[in-house]
Amino acid sequence: MTTLAHPRGAKPSRLSVGRIGLYAFLILSALFFLLPLYTMLVTSLKSMDEIRQGHVFALPDTLDFSAWKTAWSGACMGTQCLGVRIGFWNSVKITVPAVVISVSIGAINGYALSLWRPKGSNLLFGLLMAGGLIPYQIFLYPLVRLLADLSLYNSVAGVVLVHVIFGLPLVTLLFRNYFVAIPEELCKAARVDGAGFWRIFLEIMLPMSVPMVMVASIFQFTGIWNDFLIGLVFAGRDNLPMTVQLNNIVNTTMGERTYNMNMAATILTAVVPLAIYFFSGRWFLRGVAAGAVKG
Amino acid sequence: MQPAVSVKDLKIAYGDHTVIEKLSIDIAPREFLVLLGPSGCGKSTLLNAIAGLQDIRDGEMWISGKNVTWEEPKDRGIGMVFQSYALYPRMTVRRNLSFGLRVAGLPKPEIEARIARTASLLHLDRLLDRRPSELSGGQRQRVAIGRALVREVDVFLFDEPLSNLDAKLRNELRVEIKKLHQSLGNTMIYVTHDQVEALTLADRIAIMRDGVIQQLASPSEIYHRPANLFVAGFIGAPAMNFIKGDISIKAETPVFESNGLAIDLAGYPFLAPVRPGPATLGIRPEHIVPDRGTESLPAITGNVSVIEPMGADTVVWFDWAGQSLSYRIMGDTTLQPGTTISPGLDIAKASLFDADGVRL
Repeated sequence: MTTLAHPRGAKPSRLSVGRIGLYAFLILSALFFLLPLYTMLVTSLKSMDEIRQGHVFALPDTLDFSAWKTAWSGACMGTQCLGVRIGFWNSVKITVPAVVISVSIGAINGYALSLWRPKGSNLLFGLLMAGGLIPYQIFLYPLVRLLADLSLYNSVAGVVLVHVIFGLPLVTLLFRNYFVAIPEELCKAARVDGAGFWRIFLEIMLPMSVPMVMVASIFQFTGIWNDFLIGLVFAGRDNLPMTVQLNNIVNTTMGERTYNMNMAATILTAVVPLAIYFFSGRWFLRGVAAGAVKG
Repeated sequence: MQPAVSVKDLKIAYGDHTVIEKLSIDIAPREFLVLLGPSGCGKSTLLNAIAGLQDIRDGEMWISGKNVTWEEPKDRGIGMVFQSYALYPRMTVRRNLSFGLRVAGLPKPEIEARIARTASLLHLDRLLDRRPSELSGGQRQRVAIGRALVREVDVFLFDEPLSNLDAKLRNELRVEIKKLHQSLGNTMIYVTHDQVEALTLADRIAIMRDGVIQQLASPSEIYHRPANLFVAGFIGAPAMNFIKGDISIKAETPVFESNGLAIDLAGYPFLAPVRPGPATLGIRPEHIVPDRGTESLPAITGNVSVIEPMGADTVVWFDWAGQSLSYRIMGDTTLQPGTTISPGLDIAKASLFDADGVRL
């Protein structure tokens, strides 16, 4: 006969049927969402002969990296066969300055709106948020006209400008909500110490907001890297970002559809945001949580 | 003597809401002035206005003989300590202390020397390379005080600096601040809602309500001779006992009457010739004497309701005419609830207020 345990000390953990079921469900869901990536990966490593056999989920017989090489440096977009690397560098040239500029301005906006509150700051913030809520297709044609008048249409600077404009509402909101939680007395103490607007921002507020800088940068980077529409409309033929170029490559219908090369090109395009999610998951989750609670 | 800080006809308002209508106060050099009052009375607003952190509508601000009404906080010759410490979180203690000096562009050796002096004064030597997050509450507030001290200015402003600390630390730091004032001899303006801090630290206390100074006097004066009912009720724990009644003149002697109680006021130090009319008698718990002895103090008879032993003394609550009154005795008591007692009232130390609450 077993004696009933007298409850004492830490409660013992038990694995119940419900728990097992829950874990099984979670693992299956994870596998389900990983399936497309797996398929793309194995397909990209197969030769066309092997792909034609139709075993979509089978592992490749031999590892064949030639599709990756072609995708990077030889895939054709129309008659130009230079690979996705052109688009890759275009995307870098568009994304990096757009992220740096939008995060910088957004941080300054948020700081000014939350800790200095100049006259009319609430109205300005409201307008900024309203701007962020209007679907940006509405802005496309007016913006095209505007950039054309400014001689920025079909240029990297033009796309960067458009990305900065569309990114500002979100980044400003993130920083405003972050700075609003900082005690006002910190600002007052710094003013007694003689620091002005920029000094307080650069020496006190910015070092405190490293987590938010990370989160905003990740949001902006993935958003701008994955953008298709703005790149297509504003960049011009020579500056097309990777997403647009990928589409053009995949849709080039001359001869046989090279699935392995298409898959490799797609993975190459997705690998940058994927890597960012992967290595900054901690920051990213924090940002999503911040958005959920405060946004 | 020229005042260290002089506030003249100050008016502060947010939109249509006036916080301070017209306030003037002079603070002498080396004085420790405490601004005391309930929350929302405008004491912190006044302090912020002196610091230059609060926009004002009207009036002038003079510090050390200079009109600083339009000066930036840094140019006013003040140091300030905040309730939330407001330390720069990403800087070490050393960099927190030196921030203002670096902004002012002081030479490095001078900064080092000042930090060393301040650190040893406040026992921060071993904490200099820590971040604020690695300090306890008391240490943080000492750093905050240090950050004001390194500025080596004439006037220090404290905005409820001890409110965030637990009771024990609060007592310790209170004593430290008092010592600091004695050794430095600077002018200090200190905002608090804690009457113990006010009574122990201040040379003079300004009690505020609704943006108006109710009484500006020494702690002893405020405690023993409150200028009005508000001050009388705000200062003292347990609070002063109030008995409503009427003053009449009988045989050329003023008498206070209430619910059958008739008290001869011959021993009361009236400020002006007395006139009959409604009045409130205020008497502190320690001025109700349990053992009347040979003195002929007027007695008040009631039933003990609650005994509150506080260690060094005991507060006895008793019911009289449907009202709860208290008195304080040293040490313990054998009194039990329900006992009938008739302690005496020490009228010479009491306070009388007229129908408008002004001291008689």
